[in-house]
Amino acid sequence: MLFLILFTSLLLGGAYALMAMGLTLQYGVARIMNLSIGETLVGAAFAAFWLQTQAQVGPLWGLLVITPAAFVLNWLIYRHLLTPLVRRAKNRGMLEVDSILATFGLLFILQGVMLALFGGNYYSYSYFSEPVELFGHTFALNRIVAFAVAAAVALALYLGLNRTRTGTAVRAVSVDPVAAGLVAIDVARTSALAFAIGGALTACGGALLSMFLTFNASMGVVFTTKALIIVIMGGVGDPRGAVIAALLLALAETTVATLVDPGLTLAATYGLFVLILLFRPQGIMGRRTA
Amino acid sequence: MNTREVLIMAASGLLLAGLACLPLADEGFWLTLGISLAGYVAMSTAWALFSGPTSYVSLATAAFFGTGAYVVVNLGETAPWPVVLVVAAVCGALLALLAGMATLRLTGVHFVIFTFGLAELIRQLVTWYQTNIGGAVGQYVFVDISSAQIYWQLLALCGLVFLAGWAINRSRLGLALRVIGDDETVAAHSGINTARVKLLLFCISGAFIAVVGAVLAPRWTYIEPSIAFNSMISFQVVIMALLGGSRRLWGPLVGVIPFTVLYELISGHFPNHTHLLLGTAFLLIVYFLPQGVAGRIEQLRLRRTHRETHAARSPATLGETAR
Repeated sequence: MLFLILFTSLLLGGAYALMAMGLTLQYGVARIMNLSIGETLVGAAFAAFWLQTQAQVGPLWGLLVITPAAFVLNWLIYRHLLTPLVRRAKNRGMLEVDSILATFGLLFILQGVMLALFGGNYYSYSYFSEPVELFGHTFALNRIVAFAVAAAVALALYLGLNRTRTGTAVRAVSVDPVAAGLVAIDVARTSALAFAIGGALTACGGALLSMFLTFNASMGVVFTTKALIIVIMGGVGDPRGAVIAALLLALAETTVATLVDPGLTLAATYGLFVLILLFRPQGIMGRRTA
Repeated sequence: MNTREVLIMAASGLLLAGLACLPLADEGFWLTLGISLAGYVAMSTAWALFSGPTSYVSLATAAFFGTGAYVVVNLGETAPWPVVLVVAAVCGALLALLAGMATLRLTGVHFVIFTFGLAELIRQLVTWYQTNIGGAVGQYVFVDISSAQIYWQLLALCGLVFLAGWAINRSRLGLALRVIGDDETVAAHSGINTARVKLLLFCISGAFIAVVGAVLAPRWTYIEPSIAFNSMISFQVVIMALLGGSRRLWGPLVGVIPFTVLYELISGHFPNHTHLLLGTAFLLIVYFLPQGVAGRIEQLRLRRTHRETHAARSPATLGETAR
C-alpha cells in the first residue's frame, strides 16, 4: 500500500513539477503572477488531444510542436500584453496587482475560446495504455512514459539554468533585476525569455498530463491553484523547491484520495498550503527577504 | 458634519426612498434587474471597503456569499428572519477572521491565492459532508418572502454599507487604512497595528457580503454547493468594483450598473460567451481605466481646475515678462 501510494504520487508529481517550474520562472524571474497558467496547461492538453485524434500524431511527437508553439505564444504575450504593465508599475506591489488582473482577463478569454471550440464536455484519449507490472503492482505505461519525459525535461532545465550563460542571467534577474541590469544583463529580454520558457514548460506538462487524465475546458483553475500552492510551498523563483513541493503535493493528494476520500484532495492541498503559510511563509527553498 | 454632507445624505435618502417604490410599478423584469443591481452594489461596495484602500485583491466573495446562503438553508425555517440575518453576518465575520489571521500578515499575493481557493475549498467540504453524512447534496429553502421584500432588504443593506463606509472614512480606522494602502512600512513605523486594522476591515466586509448571500438565498428555492459557492460571483464583484474605481465609496456603484446590464444582455442572448465578455472587460479595464471610472472622472476634474488656475494666472505672468 505504502509503495503504491509513493509510486503513484511520484508519477503524478512529474507533470505537476513541470507546471510549477513554469510558474516559478514566470513569477520569480519575469515578476508576473500568471493566473492563466492552468489554461495554458489545459490548452496544451487539448492540442495534444487534437493532434492524436485528428492528425494521428502521438503526444510524444506532438510535444515537438506544442512546446515551441507555447514558447512563441508566451513570448508574444509578455512582449505585447505584459510589458506595458511592467513599464507602468512604480513598484513590485503594483505590478503584482496589475498582472493578476490582466492574467485574470487572459484566463477568461482562453477559457471562453476553449469552451467555444470544445464545449463543456470531458475529453480523453488512449495512448500507451497497456498495464505494466512493477514490484507486484500494476501501473499504466502512459503514466510511466509521462514521468520519464517530465524528468528529462526538468533535468535539461536544471542544466540549462546552472551551466549556461543565459541560465546564469536568468538566475541573476530572479535575485535582483536592478543589480542584473548593472552587470549588463538585458533584463527585459531575459524576463521575456523566462516567461516564454515558463509557458513552454507548462504546456509540456499539460500535454503529458493529457496522456492519462480526463480534462475539460473549465478545469484550468484547479491546476492554477495547484501550481500556485506548489510555487509558494517550494519558494518563489527556485526550480528545485518547485520539484520538491510538487512531489509533496502529489503525495498528499494521492494519500488522501486512496486512504480517506477522493472528494477531499483539494482540502488536503489547502491544508498543506496553510501549514506552509503559517510556519514557513518563504517556502521550503526560499530565503527570507527583508 | 458640514452642510454639503447633510445635503448628500438627504439626497441619498430621497434616492433610496424613490428606488424603494420600484416594486409598486413593476413586479417582473425590472424588479429582477433591481434585485441583481442592489445585490451587486452592496457586495462590490462592501468588497471595496476592504480591498480599495489596502489593494488586497480578495476573491473570497463567493465564500462569504455561500456562507450566508447556507445559514438560511440551515436556520431559515426555524429561526425568525432577523436572527437568521444576524447569524449570517456573524458567520461571515468569523470566516473572514479565520482566513485573515492565516494570510493578512503576509504579502498581497499569498492573500489572493488563499482567497482564490477558499470558496472552492468550502464548496468541496460542504459537498463531501452532504454526500457522506448529510444525505442529499441539494436542499430546498422554504422561506416565505416576496421578491419585493428581498429588494427592500437589499436596498436597506446598500444604505447600511454606504453609511458604514462613510463612518469608517471619517474615523481613525479609515486614516490608518489609507496610510497602509499608501505604504505599509510607513504605517507600521507610525504605530499602526496593520494586521489588526486589515483584519477588522476584512471582517466588516465579509459580514456584509454574507448578509447579501442570506437575503438572496430564498430566490433560488433549491440550493446546492455549486450554486452558493459559485466562483463567478467573486470575479464579477472584483471586476465591477474595479470598473467603477475602488478608491472612492461611490466608485463601485458606477461600475455595477453598466456591467450588470451588459452582463444580463449578453447572458440572455449569448449564454456561451459570458467568459469572453468577462475576460475582455478585465483586460480593457486594466489597460485603459486602471483607476476605474471614478478615478478617471477625478483625473479629468483635476486637469480642468489645473487649466483654469493656469488661465487665471497667465495674464499676470504676461505682465511680468513685459515688465
